Amino acid sequence: MFKDTEHLIRLAVVIVILLAVFVLLRAAVVPKSFGQYGHYRGNAITEVAARTPAFAGHEVCEGCHTDVVDQKKLGRHANVPCEACHGAQGKHADDPASLKPQTPDTAVICARCHEANSAKPKGFPQVASADHSSGLACNTCHKPHQPKIEDEPKSTPAGGKK
Amino acid sequence: MQIPVEGFMYPNEVELQWSVLIVLYPFITGLVAGAFILASLERVFRVEAVKPTYRLALLTALAFLLVAPLPLQLHLGHPERSLEMYLTPHRSSAMAMFGFVYLWYLMAVLLLEIWLDYRRDIVLKSQSTTGITRLFYRFLTFGSSNISERSLRIDDRLGYTITLIGIPSAFMLHGYVGFIFGSVKANPWWSSPLMPIVFIFSAMVSGIAAVMLLYMLSASLRGKEIDMRCVDKIAQYLMYTFIIDFSLEMLDLIQRIYEADESFRSLDFMVHTRLWTSQVIVQMLLGTVTPIALLALTQLSNFKELIRRRIYAIAGCLTVVGIFAMRWNVVIGGQLFSKSFLGYTTYKMSFATREGLLPAIVLMLLPFAFLWVLVKLLPPWPDARPASASGTAPAHGTT
Amino acid sequence: MDITRRRLLVLLPAAAVAWKYIQAGTPEAAPNYKIVEHWWGMLIDIPKCIGCGSCVRACSEENDVPDGYFRTWIERYHVPDWKIERPEVESPDGGKQGFPPNEISDGKNFFVPKLCNHCQDSPCTQVCPVGATFVSPDGVVLVDKSYCLGCRYCVQACPYGCRFINPKTNTAEKCSLCYHRITKGLTTACCEVCPTGARQLADLKNPKDPIHEFLKTHTVQVLKPHMATGAKVFYNGMDGSVR
Repeated sequence: MFKDTEHLIRLAVVIVILLAVFVLLRAAVVPKSFGQYGHYRGNAITEVAARTPAFAGHEVCEGCHTDVVDQKKLGRHANVPCEACHGAQGKHADDPASLKPQTPDTAVICARCHEANSAKPKGFPQVASADHSSGLACNTCHKPHQPKIEDEPKSTPAGGKK
Repeated sequence: MQIPVEGFMYPNEVELQWSVLIVLYPFITGLVAGAFILASLERVFRVEAVKPTYRLALLTALAFLLVAPLPLQLHLGHPERSLEMYLTPHRSSAMAMFGFVYLWYLMAVLLLEIWLDYRRDIVLKSQSTTGITRLFYRFLTFGSSNISERSLRIDDRLGYTITLIGIPSAFMLHGYVGFIFGSVKANPWWSSPLMPIVFIFSAMVSGIAAVMLLYMLSASLRGKEIDMRCVDKIAQYLMYTFIIDFSLEMLDLIQRIYEADESFRSLDFMVHTRLWTSQVIVQMLLGTVTPIALLALTQLSNFKELIRRRIYAIAGCLTVVGIFAMRWNVVIGGQLFSKSFLGYTTYKMSFATREGLLPAIVLMLLPFAFLWVLVKLLPPWPDARPASASGTAPAHGTT
Repeated sequence: MDITRRRLLVLLPAAAVAWKYIQAGTPEAAPNYKIVEHWWGMLIDIPKCIGCGSCVRACSEENDVPDGYFRTWIERYHVPDWKIERPEVESPDGGKQGFPPNEISDGKNFFVPKLCNHCQDSPCTQVCPVGATFVSPDGVVLVDKSYCLGCRYCVQACPYGCRFINPKTNTAEKCSLCYHRITKGLTTACCEVCPTGARQLADLKNPKDPIHEFLKTHTVQVLKPHMATGAKVFYNGMDGSVR
């Protein structure tokens, strides 16, 4: 009987060997942290988290630049984070002396928020810059940390609008 | 390159994700499944008339199945990592499970069936040829040269069982591709429970047509007579399958138009503009209605053999083109409109890049090159069975 | 600048220590971060969004996002009168440079910032064939770019269009909720720079997080609720026309 099925038995043996090779391969090659939390490499989480942040966060800025904080907190830009205008300053926070950030160009930066647009909320301060300043840079008249022009307060909170 | 956008698309949607290579993949696996179903018609359902195409259908299926992974490899961002699909398959992903369905079908069904059916011929050739081919045949014999009556009968019964298992496996092979698209709820052009069924039936249509064409072509190239009883039968099955396929697609279309859900306006516009030529003209009119009409004509009228052959050839070619267009319309069509239903993008197919037209053409021609090699090594022609020294008759697959 | 040398001597080391802590590489190295104590989401307040594009620019810088692709973006909607099923939407360069002024004054006009919704029943993680994208134990959908094949199935499966393939790495990419920041006690880059507070990170597992009170007192939606993705980005004051 076996003589007539000899070829099938040999085939079956080859299949078993191939399956064994697959199992061994799998044990050797699949990353060790795979399946730690779910169907993925557990180490991927730590790898993603290991990136260095580019933005320092306003609390870090405020740690050193307390004078600006005092100016800002009285004006309309009190809650505008520093890096919204100044860009990512993580490297500066890391080594403040060596990396002095560039002053943003008000001709470009202010318009992004304040150029009039029908989709902006109605109460939000916006102007058609051509009519408003006829091409002059915004900081010609406005101080970015204390944008409202009429009252130019010192560091006392009297009269400052929120 | 700047891609022209009409209306609004989410910014990341403008560039198409799946290219012509992903159109090619379901087309190729469809041919595999269809060719196999034709082979099983004879083996399992005992439709004797189509026997002359049995072995040719199996070899065709194998030739296309070997090429099937190549468009995917060219498409992947990291083909060197594709083994991950076998090492850590994500069980909820149809694509991952498909890797196993493919492997199962290739190894357990197709290769095994071909080997069992050809084993007598392989053993005889391992004894009669010389050189490298002799080594090749000897390797295939697995060291056993037993072709006694009993062993061949065992092979035959095992082959029957494998074909039996092979039919649902073939359906799985291509139904899964349909499911890969049909299960994406984010895309209303794809998301449908009908998708796997439509894919299976259109696969059967394309595979049957392809084998019919190959049989007629190879017979005339070899200067042999075409078995008209065989071809007439194949054409009949082609027609029936086509009618079912067409009905399914029409059902989907009619229901969509009637229900007119939130995506309908956008999809309707897309079909009327960007997809008009490929969907309405090529797929529906030229690729479906015309072949069905031609085949129905041959069933209802009494044409002479020559005319029937010409009609089958035309119908077969139109069918294959039409089914390719169907894959195109599903894959590319599903990416031309925005998921916001407010806009459309354009498919800019490049030529000589990794996912361009040139590799697509090469990949379409490659299976024929493989088939040519297979046909030389394992001739499928009914009149090419080697006679053995001991005079044992082949158990199955004879004229 | 009115900073005395004495002040500097005190502040610099303090800032340096704080910054070094923030730079610590891993969740474990930021020793206070316990992954199971958090379940991250975001709150977006549509009436506050001014479409300045600061978030898009900040995200791009924070995460090295390649040009022409967006981990977050802003859409401007114009809803003509009652036709909420036919809004006109645009997003020039994702809103990265803000929006050009427009003449339209009729109908309803507003901005909608969009990003990955970090879905609880995320369709993108469901379809990934190898486990290269996943929902972390703290509710953030992340991509393992050293494991991703670049098959693009996840990009197809996302109903919100927030995924793309990074042409430099040939792997899938999307908003990671600045995971490398939130695990160190910072907020996301987009929330950090938003000048009006329209975007706010939310820790749904933290009972003290203001989102719980906010959700009780405001009308809030998620995008495409019929997709049942379990989206965790909540939109306050979102119009029915938003796609």
